[in-house]
Amino acid sequence: MTLTEVRAGLAAHELTREEVIAALWERIAACEPTVHAFLSLADPDRLIADGEPLSGLPLSGLPIAIKDNICARDLPTTCGSRMLQRFRSPYEATAVARLRSAGAQVQGKTNLDEFAMGSSTEHSAFGPTRNPHDPSRVPGGSSGGSAAAVAAGEALAALGSDTGGSVRQPAALCGVVGLRPTYGLVSRYGLVAFASSLDTIGPIAGCVRDAALVLSLVAGHDPLDSTSLPVPPHDYTADLRPDLRGVRIGVPKEYVPRELGPEALALVERWREVAEELGAKVMDITLPTTEYALPTYYLIASAEAAANLARYDGVRYTLREEGDRVGAMIARTRAVGFGPEVKRRIALGTFALSAGYYDQYYGKAQRVRTLIARDFAGAFAEVDLILGPTSPTPAFRFGEKEDPIAMYLADVFTLPSALAGLPAISIPGGTVGGLPFGLQLIGPRLSEERVLSAALAFEEALN
Amino acid sequence: METVIGLEIHVQLTTRTKLFCACRADYFAAPPNTLTCPVCLGLPGALPVLNRCAVELALRIALALDAEVQPQSLFERKNYFYPDLPKGYQITHHAHPLALGGRFTFAVDGELHTVRLRQVHLEEDAGKLVHIPDGALVDLNRCGVPLVEIVTEPDFRSPKEARAFLMDLRTLLRHLGASTADMEKGALRCDANLSLTENGRTGTRSEIKNLNSFRAVERALAAAAALHRDLLARGEEIHQVTFGWDDQEERLVLQRTKEEAHDYRYFPDPDLVPLAIGPEWLEAVRAGMPELPRARAERWARAYGLPARDAEVLLVEPALADYYDEVAKSVPDPHDAAGWVLSELRQFWTGEEPPVPARDLALLIGRVQTGEISRASAKAVLEEAATSGKPIAEVLAGRDLSQIKGEQDLRRLAEEVLAAHPQAVADFGAGKVQALGFLVGQAMRKAGGRADAKKLTEILRALLAQG
Repeated sequence: MTLTEVRAGLAAHELTREEVIAALWERIAACEPTVHAFLSLADPDRLIADGEPLSGLPLSGLPIAIKDNICARDLPTTCGSRMLQRFRSPYEATAVARLRSAGAQVQGKTNLDEFAMGSSTEHSAFGPTRNPHDPSRVPGGSSGGSAAAVAAGEALAALGSDTGGSVRQPAALCGVVGLRPTYGLVSRYGLVAFASSLDTIGPIAGCVRDAALVLSLVAGHDPLDSTSLPVPPHDYTADLRPDLRGVRIGVPKEYVPRELGPEALALVERWREVAEELGAKVMDITLPTTEYALPTYYLIASAEAAANLARYDGVRYTLREEGDRVGAMIARTRAVGFGPEVKRRIALGTFALSAGYYDQYYGKAQRVRTLIARDFAGAFAEVDLILGPTSPTPAFRFGEKEDPIAMYLADVFTLPSALAGLPAISIPGGTVGGLPFGLQLIGPRLSEERVLSAALAFEEALN
Repeated sequence: METVIGLEIHVQLTTRTKLFCACRADYFAAPPNTLTCPVCLGLPGALPVLNRCAVELALRIALALDAEVQPQSLFERKNYFYPDLPKGYQITHHAHPLALGGRFTFAVDGELHTVRLRQVHLEEDAGKLVHIPDGALVDLNRCGVPLVEIVTEPDFRSPKEARAFLMDLRTLLRHLGASTADMEKGALRCDANLSLTENGRTGTRSEIKNLNSFRAVERALAAAAALHRDLLARGEEIHQVTFGWDDQEERLVLQRTKEEAHDYRYFPDPDLVPLAIGPEWLEAVRAGMPELPRARAERWARAYGLPARDAEVLLVEPALADYYDEVAKSVPDPHDAAGWVLSELRQFWTGEEPPVPARDLALLIGRVQTGEISRASAKAVLEEAATSGKPIAEVLAGRDLSQIKGEQDLRRLAEEVLAAHPQAVADFGAGKVQALGFLVGQAMRKAGGRADAKKLTEILRALLAQG
């Protein structure tokens, strides 16, 4: 059942909150032993009891799953890292606080690649999450726990975070909806920073309408985040129409390379036909900077991450491995506390910012980032939306991408729009090899309504 | 050989809250780790929000120093690990600071010098380590307290100049209301660099960190200059190093060599947007600027004939300067009033508030200057008012202070004193001039301090001359 259906059922008194929560926990009991979407869970009896006074609010005391790199007061915030294994945040993220004031409760904290660095959720210090469609395959990442929980029916909706594709790619691999909002539309306050200039919080849900609803409850200016846009809260469900008439849709040739294989290429062809049947004008476009997005992203994101993760030093709230001097204590703590992927990115980021290399790496990456944004601006002068696959492949098997570069390639279609700060959504677009394959729509800055309406049109036509 | 000195000064701003969060900034005497929040503790997910008041105080400083405020400045992250730095980086202006250039004119033994400045920028302070026998404790109250850093060009030619500059800078900062500029409490901190030049060739620099008093600045620089001269005299090479200063032992302590220098890997902080300062904001700050100390001293000299030496002492504490201005505008002789404020009133000024209101002191000084009461009586009145807290008018009313001014009365008084002290009279006749002072003192005592001392002296001198 979707969140929208459950709300309608509660409103019509055909359902009770107790029944909904009990049903979710039945799914959790059935699926968690294999899926492992959650790192911590609330007590369902508490949720039932505490939900009563929230009845009159939009989410009526319903539970929402939260990615474990978003701070919530009543459960740990581990970021999937040994470093924060015992950390409980004394404050709450703005997005979580806003969900609460809309009547939501925190259902549990979902698994992720350590500090959101990864595309498979294999890099969690607390074990991987498995794809509900095929437990031998990854759910994608880094918001793999959130996507798997929704796909398995364990959660009605979840919050994830998308730095380079971490909401959209797992949504695609798990066959659910994931929205990355415009950078700055949802406050980052309380989202544990990975790459501050790229990090966004976005909804993962069972349908486009649910994603729009969750976005409405968390979006809007927050004075606690200096990069938050001066946009008032808005109801993104109000003008949601499955309508593509007159919409100009561009398909970048860089997003449909032959390497996708015949099945995926046929799906993209089908999306084009559907769009035209619904009255859209579909055209081929080109985004020539696409190939530079990956190196650009890894330089910028790793540089910011290296600084953002410096605070985990053993002095205050993290793991601590003793050493005879303070420098040794810090070094040992970080050696033990961080996993290999995190260390790889800290090393890369530290190098990219070093004296003598800054301009060659970080400085150049920033200039290329500007070119990538300009590429999109040029495209959006001619089209209203960009259409393509979310990820080059459906869910892959565990251990299949041990080479970090092969793993990074899972994000080639989500990285460019992330670097440009644009809104993008992934919805189920069909199957490849019997596994979900995501359809991605990218819009100009703050075009969430347009993106959501088009996504709704595709969702209805493809089902 | 010429000594070349440049300074980097850190000024702690007197904002109510910290630079990037709402925690109280005045950490002095607060119990450890009580003035903290997720932001200044660097908790996961917390984000900085720039304090507008800190920017405005920094702008005041930049404007007062004639620095060129940049339309856009950028906060960067300075990365290094230290237990008192919870985020693992310090947020600071770096390549694109708040203001560039500038100059400041200061006095060395009454002679004016001007130093050029390189830049004025904002940054956050770190916490503090408290060392205990088996380790160290961390106090993060100071974390995120706003600092303005002022970097000078290497324009000082002696340690004495550097010290004089700092003292005048302290006065300026206090008048701007930007800082308490108290070196002992760490509100004004100084790093210095020094090199020697010979025949136009600049030698290798030494840096000296964390100089926490005016005396330390002068002594440490003198020690560094002596060290350089000594090394050069012995034909030895000078290496680029950083020293600390041991205040007890009065010696330089080697902290690190050039090889150990940090790579801080600065980059723009993606959590903050560029700081844009438009002409309107800058004009509003300019309009709210107080009168600067140098302008004030010039006004006093012009209007009251006040010497620079007196002005300098009055200006050390802005409250004292304001007080003097208040008194000066309502007395017949403002120049004379400066003496009253400096030598009489100041000794009673121990708390925040003045011991007697400026209007009261002006009333008292006015009475003296018009000859209604004697200086001695006025001092006694001031003391009583200052210690009892009674208004001056009330103290005046409670005493008979009408001056004995009549020629007849004074002559009678003088004759009585002469008759009572024949020995002193004889001494005076024998050429002992001090005897006159003794006789005046006796007469004043007899008059209960109410006699006009000047007239009395004249009469006594006349009577003695008559024999």
